[in-house]
Amino acid sequence: MSTSDIGLAAAPKAGHWHHGVAGIAAATLLLMLVPTLAAATGNPFLIKIATRVVVFSIAALALNLVLGFGGLVSLLHAGLFGIGGYVVGIAAFHVDEGAFLGVLPGTGELALVLPLAMVVTGLASALMGVIALRTGGAYFIMITLAFNQMIYYFFIALQQYGGEDGLQITTELTLFGHGATARVPFYYGCVAALALTLLGLRRLIDSRFGVVLRASAQNERRLTALGIPPLRYKLAAFAVSGAIAGLAGALMAASQQFISPSDMSWVRSGDLVVMCVLGGLGTMLGPVIGAATFLVLEIVLSGWSSHWQLAFGGFIIIVVVALRGGLIELFGHLVPRRSVP
Amino acid sequence: MNSLLLIEQSLNGLQLGVQLFLMAAGLTLVFGIMNLINLTHGSLFMIGAFVAAAVLARSGSFVLALVVAVPATALAGALLEAVVLRRFYHRGHLDQVLVTFGLILVINELVRMVWGAVPVPMALPPLLSGAVNVLGVSYPSFRLAILVVGVIVALALYFVVAHTRIGMWVRAGASNRAMASAMGVNVELIFLLVFAAGAALAGLAGIMAGPISAVQVGMGEPILILALVVTVIGGIGSIKGAFIASLLIGVVDTFGRVLLPPALGSMIIFMMMAAILAFRPRGLFPVHG
Repeated sequence: MSTSDIGLAAAPKAGHWHHGVAGIAAATLLLMLVPTLAAATGNPFLIKIATRVVVFSIAALALNLVLGFGGLVSLLHAGLFGIGGYVVGIAAFHVDEGAFLGVLPGTGELALVLPLAMVVTGLASALMGVIALRTGGAYFIMITLAFNQMIYYFFIALQQYGGEDGLQITTELTLFGHGATARVPFYYGCVAALALTLLGLRRLIDSRFGVVLRASAQNERRLTALGIPPLRYKLAAFAVSGAIAGLAGALMAASQQFISPSDMSWVRSGDLVVMCVLGGLGTMLGPVIGAATFLVLEIVLSGWSSHWQLAFGGFIIIVVVALRGGLIELFGHLVPRRSVP
Repeated sequence: MNSLLLIEQSLNGLQLGVQLFLMAAGLTLVFGIMNLINLTHGSLFMIGAFVAAAVLARSGSFVLALVVAVPATALAGALLEAVVLRRFYHRGHLDQVLVTFGLILVINELVRMVWGAVPVPMALPPLLSGAVNVLGVSYPSFRLAILVVGVIVALALYFVVAHTRIGMWVRAGASNRAMASAMGVNVELIFLLVFAAGAALAGLAGIMAGPISAVQVGMGEPILILALVVTVIGGIGSIKGAFIASLLIGVVDTFGRVLLPPALGSMIIFMMMAAILAFRPRGLFPVHG
């Protein structure tokens, strides 16, 4: 089946320079330079910010899979991000506090808990997707918003794991038995996770699966007429997206050695949507650029005035009104486009 | 659970229900008629509460606070519609979510600049600060007043939408904007009025919530989520659906918190929403088709 069979003439950005592996490699290399820059300028705070940027880039990429390519406006992703974080937190908690449900022993081994976080969030995402995807349009937005709050209030009510105050990770986190919380190596690990996510998503988007997903955002009836059930593809995309968001949340919890419901409220979901739109929906590197811009702007504005949210909200409104293609469009005009077969 | 507790919690549930209805009515009309997702509805709830608290602090009169704050919130809603949101009726839902999200940040910050970050106390009106005996239960009279006001407003709203000429225009604009326009209905004005009326209802809900919860920045967001759940369960655009779903959510949420363990109690209405939508994806009373 070729792309044109299902009417993908206006498929989002396939074939742009920023869609290629070259862009991914360039972005990864650029991010790898941060610790060197931090050492050279004597500013270790940079690594902390960069870790945050990388982790939120992964979360925004997860959202972009369903939002940018699948056309599904999900306000659930902060909740999924948080579930991933709590998997790490709860697993570590049970190292000292007795087995989980009296059966599963706790662990701080990232080689175990990171995949576990992805499985748990992927399943949770699929479960909620089954219900949310039965509806469409505005119903979908509101249901995902409600599901996000459900997760949020659930963790607030879990007094055993700190409730509203959050859960401190006191157990040493390890990777294959070696301590894994040193700031610079951990940062490199996060960049590696980002690069793998980018490569994996690129393959997925360009595959038959990705073509169907993008087509489902454009003309669902036509897909059905061709004998392709869009729901299955959207659900699978939702599960994959959830698993990646869970990975991001798990990395965030491991990096801060702390997880709390405050990172899971629907406002954080809104932030993730803004990151995607700001960078460029349905592009490969857009969410990374969006996350970096968003988080840096947050730091700059909050250092500049205590009423920074006024400017920030205004900025979001301007982005929606004026910047239809996202920041990546600006880059697109600067760099000549090269067609990728 | 004994019968006295049952009565008390039922009253609490109904009271939360009618308050939710005041929120959900505006939300569902704006969505059903103009196809606009308005997340700033919670901000209007907050504005109503803050204006009322300010008037009350200066004048000492709850009635005056009510008389000033309801029109003030309607005005704020009308301004919001005319200056910003009017431009977004024909944009996608994503743009609507984002622009109202940005507006929430702006409005929260503006309120914080005017009134500060500390919760503003709001006293009960002396007339309603006592308790009354309802079926053998001593129940706070202010909460009972909320219940009564909510029911009266709900009935009035139903009458206006279903049985008056303005209501007919509203329904006409909702079902076919172009046709209503061609028949001489000033759709733009109707939209503005519906938005202002929805804002006034949200403001009223905020004013009545003020004395029983804290008047603070961000107070509108939890109730916004509940009102969205109500709207979705009831069927977007349906006043009747919003009313029934409001009472359902109010009662189930109240009893869930009393009877179930906290983690489950806080999730029960969302689980109920999921269960209802699994069988009726367009809500209990779908409006279109």
